[in-house]
Amino acid sequence: MRLVNRKPGRMAALSLGALPFVLLLIAYLVASGLRLAENPDDKLMPSFASIGAAIHQVAFTENPRSGEIVLWSDTWASLKRLGIALGASALIGLCLGILIGIVPYLRAALAPFITALSMIPPLAILPILFIVFGLDELSKVMLIVIGIAPFIVRDIALRVGELPAEQLIKAQTLGAGSWPLMLRVVLPQMWPRLIDALRLSLGAAWLFLIAAEAIASTDGLGYRIFLVRRYLSMDIILPYVVWITLLAFCMDYALRLLSRRLFPWAEAGARR
Amino acid sequence: MNIISVRKLWKTYGEQVVLENLNLEVKEHEFVTIVGASGCGKTTFLRMLLGQEAPSRGEFLLDGRPLPNEPGPDRGIVFQRYSVFPHLTVLENVMLGLELDGRSPSARLLGRAFGSRRREARERARAMLVEVGLDAARDKYPSMLSGGMQQRLSIAQSVICNPRILLLDEPFGALDPGISSDMHRLILRLWERHRMTIFMITHDLREGFELGTRLLVFDKTRLDAQAPDAFGATITYDIPLNVKGNRLLQELDAATARTERFREEVELA
Repeated sequence: MRLVNRKPGRMAALSLGALPFVLLLIAYLVASGLRLAENPDDKLMPSFASIGAAIHQVAFTENPRSGEIVLWSDTWASLKRLGIALGASALIGLCLGILIGIVPYLRAALAPFITALSMIPPLAILPILFIVFGLDELSKVMLIVIGIAPFIVRDIALRVGELPAEQLIKAQTLGAGSWPLMLRVVLPQMWPRLIDALRLSLGAAWLFLIAAEAIASTDGLGYRIFLVRRYLSMDIILPYVVWITLLAFCMDYALRLLSRRLFPWAEAGARR
Repeated sequence: MNIISVRKLWKTYGEQVVLENLNLEVKEHEFVTIVGASGCGKTTFLRMLLGQEAPSRGEFLLDGRPLPNEPGPDRGIVFQRYSVFPHLTVLENVMLGLELDGRSPSARLLGRAFGSRRREARERARAMLVEVGLDAARDKYPSMLSGGMQQRLSIAQSVICNPRILLLDEPFGALDPGISSDMHRLILRLWERHRMTIFMITHDLREGFELGTRLLVFDKTRLDAQAPDAFGATITYDIPLNVKGNRLLQELDAATARTERFREEVELA
């Protein structure tokens, strides 16, 4: 049988999927063991025992001064910024995207501008954001919004453009004016597309969040990583990175589940 | 009065002539089938009826007034595909027209109906679904329906709005031959009951003869091999299908004479 026609079973697929993770762990354990055998004070690749101790310290022990558990307060601060920024970007993306996609005059007026805007590297204007919006929450949220909102706007506008012309004409022959057309025909079909766009921009959103927190912040996951970097605390950085990855993965998964649950018609269409 | 009057209609795109010197009078409740090779302006003609294209020259009148330049509820359409809404169930698809229709604030602001208007819309939509044989599938999404059922849905969706004119753009072209005859019965029944005027484009000549009360053939009367776009298509045959015997011969004679006369006019011009 040809290689391209062989398919793994369910169990085989699961174990194959786990394999790279296991290999990576083993490689780390071996390398870490070798380095620690040579120099017990090596900080670059801490043993699982010292990582465990560090996790215990940041995730389960209250800070004696503030009474807070560091990992949770960092997570809360970061997720709050991320959540507000994603919500704002989604709202902007949906409204502007639909308007640009369906109203030719608005498309003519705004599409080139949004395209240009989306080409600005957001990190390049981070200093401007700090100057304009100050060093607190707003500038960090703005960085993420500026980073991903133009992408979502363009994506939604494209998706609106992909709606079959037949559908839009049909709706008009059923008596729909511009506004009801957007509300009843275009908007509902854009919800699952919006969730897709959000899922695709999650990576960028995290990138901008960590960057903003690294530069000017007093809490947050990105802040913590860059803070302990000064002490070469790999035992904290590594669990934080894993934690961030896990959070991002869960958000992606939750969005996918939400889309499937809320928009069964889109799933049925996609499978055909 | 005739519902549609087309007088000396030309449609050109730059140098390209698509339709030339088209003349047509259609009475209320006629079932006009349109056949012709591809590229002979059938679709352009339909787009003009919809209001998506404006005539370059000549008149295209609906009830003696120029056609509006955008689609509206007086002219329903069923395309070959893509004309049902995937995010609405079958019942909601049929209700949509009733919900969008009307001057009520909720229709204009939200495109929805509430309370008794909504109940009434639901009742009418249910009755319509029974009429087209889709009541059992009322809670399904269109993607779960077969092609034939989707076309039934699209027809029901348009007919419930009581359009004066129903445009059918090869509605059964993508369906299995076995299903078409069911669809033919359905469309004839709806045409009788709802007293619409129907224009139907078809590739199937037999379908054209079977369904229509009148068959139009679009074709080019002149062809320049060096400049294929220089001459447009027009109605070359206008065949009455609901009359027989001597009447038919007379009508045919008259139709041919009309065509001949237009041709002379064109050549003189």
